[in-house]
Amino acid sequence: MRFSKKDILDMESLSVDEITLILDTADRMKEISQRSIKKVPTLRGKTVVLFFYEPSTRTRTSFDIAAKRLSADSLSISASSSSMVKGETLIDTARNLEAMNPDVIVIRHSSAGAPHMLAGMLKPSIINAGDGMHAHPSQSLLDLMTVRENKGEISGLRIAVIGDISHSRVARSNSIGFTKMGAHVVLAGPRTMIPKGIEALGVSVTFDVEEAIRDVDVIMMLRIQKERQQNFLFPSEREYSTVYGLTKAKLKKARDDVLIMHPGPINRGVEIAYDVADWPYSIILDQVTNGVAVRMALLYLVTGGARNADAD
Amino acid sequence: MLMRIKGGRVIDPGNLDGIMDILIANGKIVEIKKEGMAGDEYPEARIIDASDKIVTPGLIDMHVHLRDPGHEYKETIETGCLAAAFGGFTAICCMPNTNPVNDCRQVTEYILQKARAADTVRVYPVAAISKGSKGDGLCEYGELKEAGAIAVSDDGNPVKNSQLMRRALEYSKGFDLPVISHCEDLDLAAGGAMNEGGVATRLGLPGIPNAAESIMVLRDIALCELTGVSVHIAHVSTRESVRAIKDAKKRGIPVTAETAPHYFTLTDESVKKYNTNAKMYPPLRSGQDREAICRGIADGTIDVIATDHAPHSPIEKQVEFDRAANGIIGLETSVSLALKLVENGVISMTVLVEKMSTNPARILGLENGLLIGRPADITIIDPERLYRVNADNFRSLSRNTPFNGWDMKGKAILTMVEGKIVYQDE
Repeated sequence: MRFSKKDILDMESLSVDEITLILDTADRMKEISQRSIKKVPTLRGKTVVLFFYEPSTRTRTSFDIAAKRLSADSLSISASSSSMVKGETLIDTARNLEAMNPDVIVIRHSSAGAPHMLAGMLKPSIINAGDGMHAHPSQSLLDLMTVRENKGEISGLRIAVIGDISHSRVARSNSIGFTKMGAHVVLAGPRTMIPKGIEALGVSVTFDVEEAIRDVDVIMMLRIQKERQQNFLFPSEREYSTVYGLTKAKLKKARDDVLIMHPGPINRGVEIAYDVADWPYSIILDQVTNGVAVRMALLYLVTGGARNADAD
Repeated sequence: MLMRIKGGRVIDPGNLDGIMDILIANGKIVEIKKEGMAGDEYPEARIIDASDKIVTPGLIDMHVHLRDPGHEYKETIETGCLAAAFGGFTAICCMPNTNPVNDCRQVTEYILQKARAADTVRVYPVAAISKGSKGDGLCEYGELKEAGAIAVSDDGNPVKNSQLMRRALEYSKGFDLPVISHCEDLDLAAGGAMNEGGVATRLGLPGIPNAAESIMVLRDIALCELTGVSVHIAHVSTRESVRAIKDAKKRGIPVTAETAPHYFTLTDESVKKYNTNAKMYPPLRSGQDREAICRGIADGTIDVIATDHAPHSPIEKQVEFDRAANGIIGLETSVSLALKLVENGVISMTVLVEKMSTNPARILGLENGLLIGRPADITIIDPERLYRVNADNFRSLSRNTPFNGWDMKGKAILTMVEGKIVYQDE
């Protein structure tokens, strides 16, 4: 199969075959990072711009390492160093970047739909590295890869995603991604954090964490943001961790081999108890490792790596 | 100069309906007679052939943003008036959220002076309820009325303080200035970019619940009941608001209401792909809401169709969705969209004329109707005209419409203000 997408914008626009191709490619890419010389010449001469309007350490570093391991030239632009602070619009900044002929623009932006807007106007491939509360496809793909690696396959699994679903692009992308690949997703959290109409994504919803984690294969906890208290979403971290946090006591209700995931950064003691993050079945750090492999696969596929290889 | 509008179906709700000729002299209607009966004695009269057309009292859009003074790159009084004429309107009310806000005699007079210079359609300035539309003190309604204000509204900046709203209703009554209310609970709507619901959830956009509107509609109905002074609810978008207004009317509370063509035509599905030309306040709602709006128009709950014409340039619209300005232009598509309601059997042509001419005139206290001796403010509509909307041809300075490229059936083909043809389709 050839990969023909110019852009990676969300999980909705990827087919099952495309997702499978990305995961298979990522599995092969993973080996490169285990070599002593972690670099292949595949994307030599390609330029990857990491355009981060929102602070990020993990995702930006992950894309940066992915680009470098494939020998692409990568550079980072953050909101504070871009012309945005001088009043330039997103489109103008992006058109200026385009004029320097990059091959891929990886964008993170606090506004949902910003990558879609650029994809419709610019020639380079756009990879969405997180847009507002909308989508985070590379995160969902690395989560799919990590679960598949641990469980053999995704189809038929039950995945609980717990926390602030409303504000989470990871929850949205994983609801769509895991459902598309044949798993069943259960979302849980306080009612204030469950958005209207989310069931339309094919997921089920509960407000009871213990019910959510019973009989699931994977528990994915979401980061709780302290500033959400101002919006009356929850009363205190103390109460949140007691009722909705993942503790050893709650884990007793789950399967013995349940996998624990978290997109990071984690708040130990809030959504996840101190000792649960280091649980034997916690695969939180595997997610980070696989993040590099998935992003290598995405850069390779959108730049036509597969086509070039075929041509050779 | 003599003119004879010949052979059209003349509809003036409660007054006329039939094939008639209208004779106009010196800007006034001088004769209205059954076909062939009028004007025979004036062979020199210029003939306007209206056969197979609808001839109505001039249409009135009581909710328009002209952006002048302050944002003349979006619209000026001159271009807004041209757009109104092009859309079949002989009169428009312009909202006070300009810069400076129309909260004093000077701004009202400036608008009227510019409108006189534009010399196209009638412009009725709506002044602010509160100084600067800031919600902390009444404007001087006496002076504003004298300067030419037709109504008061803090459109765009809802009156949060219920005491201020009560006093505005009571005080305005002394000057016969209708109060037009923009109903929005700012806390419930805070941060919202579109209608709350499945589409917003999928797009990851913060939602605005229906209740953000209906809570304030219910408050204003309560204040209307308390004071006995009527209130006009602007741009109704939700089924809950329609129900509240319907109940209030049944109980005899003097509330009136308007909606805009986009609320009876589109739903929040139009926001998909982050289309900023589908972003406005209140936001496009669900299919259920759209149906309730249509029913409300049909059963008389909603008195008026007004456009909420809100011009914006690409500077405000070609940006990230949540940062884009609210509002779309509507003057040049309103009649065609309203005619779809007639085409679909939601309302009759007579009711359309009521919603777009008779009722706004009644609410605003304007003389209206095709009567002998009245100024000849007349709109001629061709209900069969097929065309495709091309925003590039709009008279408005702005292009922010979700209807560009739509195939329409029916449009205004002639607009006449005081006997002067201000727009005629070639």
